[in-house]
Amino acid sequence: MHEFSIVNALLDLCEKNAIANNATKITKVEIKIGKLSGVEPCLLQTAFDTFKEETICDGAELVVHVQDLVVYCNICNAEYTLVKNEFECPTCKGTDMSVIDGEEMMLMRLEMDGN
Amino acid sequence: MCKDCGCSINHGQIKESVHSHEHTHDGHTHAHSHHHDDHEHHDHPHAHEHDHHEHRHEEIHANPQLNDKKTIAVITKILDANDTQAGHNREHFNEHGVLAINLMSSPGSGKTTLLEATIDTKAIKLAVIEGDLETNQDADRIIAKGAPAHQIATGQACHLDAFMVHEGLHHLPIEGLDVVFIENVGNLVCPASYDVGTHFNVVLLSVPEGDDKPAKYPVMFRAADVLLITKCDLLPYFDFSIEKAVREARKLNPKVDVIEIDSKCGKGIDTWVNYLKMKKAMR
Repeated sequence: MHEFSIVNALLDLCEKNAIANNATKITKVEIKIGKLSGVEPCLLQTAFDTFKEETICDGAELVVHVQDLVVYCNICNAEYTLVKNEFECPTCKGTDMSVIDGEEMMLMRLEMDGN
Repeated sequence: MCKDCGCSINHGQIKESVHSHEHTHDGHTHAHSHHHDDHEHHDHPHAHEHDHHEHRHEEIHANPQLNDKKTIAVITKILDANDTQAGHNREHFNEHGVLAINLMSSPGSGKTTLLEATIDTKAIKLAVIEGDLETNQDADRIIAKGAPAHQIATGQACHLDAFMVHEGLHHLPIEGLDVVFIENVGNLVCPASYDVGTHFNVVLLSVPEGDDKPAKYPVMFRAADVLLITKCDLLPYFDFSIEKAVREARKLNPKVDVIEIDSKCGKGIDTWVNYLKMKKAMR
């Protein structure tokens, strides 16, 4: 249950961006949560709604995009979306692959008021 | 991708996310909706008042001109501040020529006992930053064995982050050491999300925990550079298949190294210490 810590970091990041853009209020926060990032989107949503009060994000909507695991097979030179947590190329069965997406937690977009 | 509000983060990869919103441009208000679904056609970006789903936002402003909205693309890791601090910690280790290792596992899988056995070999000069919710018991055990240790009591936090480790580093004399271990809070979930500034991750899996843990806690076992199967002397008493545990771990991380260990009787400790020496030599 480290969603509270993640939300704290997210709220700090929102505040930093609001100051940089002379905004007085953030109305929408869009994030991308990788399926293998280690956080639960539902808990993140609850934590955000609890801790946003009296911050720059008070009243803001959190939009969570859950990102599938996308890998690049260095043997086939092709991109795949992995359905299972098995790092094996669906085509060549090789294991030499790089993760392109699905392991990170990213702040993508902010909608703000008052600049 | 809607060019006006840019609401689609990564169209084509996000499935079943349908949303609409209403916003203002230069004083006029309009609403539009999108489907982010590979199998459905994309709505026209300016289809007015498509009110066919549940997430319609009510953001009506009395005076749009006074409430000029601005959407900015940020694209920053949420744990960016932690990662920056982690990078700083790593530089600190590098400056002192010290190898730093993040030791993670469930509570009670033998992290501290492994460190005690490692100190007993006298082959590695090490220090430990201990993370636990409460008590100094683990740091006391390390100090009793003759190595420096600093305890971080995290209170209710279930993991160590790079800031806590940085704070801990100020309490450790690291000059002349070979290895600094960060013994993380016992937990197979949260610590995996945080870079604390170490060079690699060691994850312990003890025989009594069961060979199903890698599949059940994928993020943690995916993060492991080395998997230590601990309490191996208990294998005759548990239905634990090393072959299955390793197979599951390698599905997540095909490159993971595995060492079978029993810290109490000393099995595998030589391999472990040689591994540490080799890693240290390459730093």
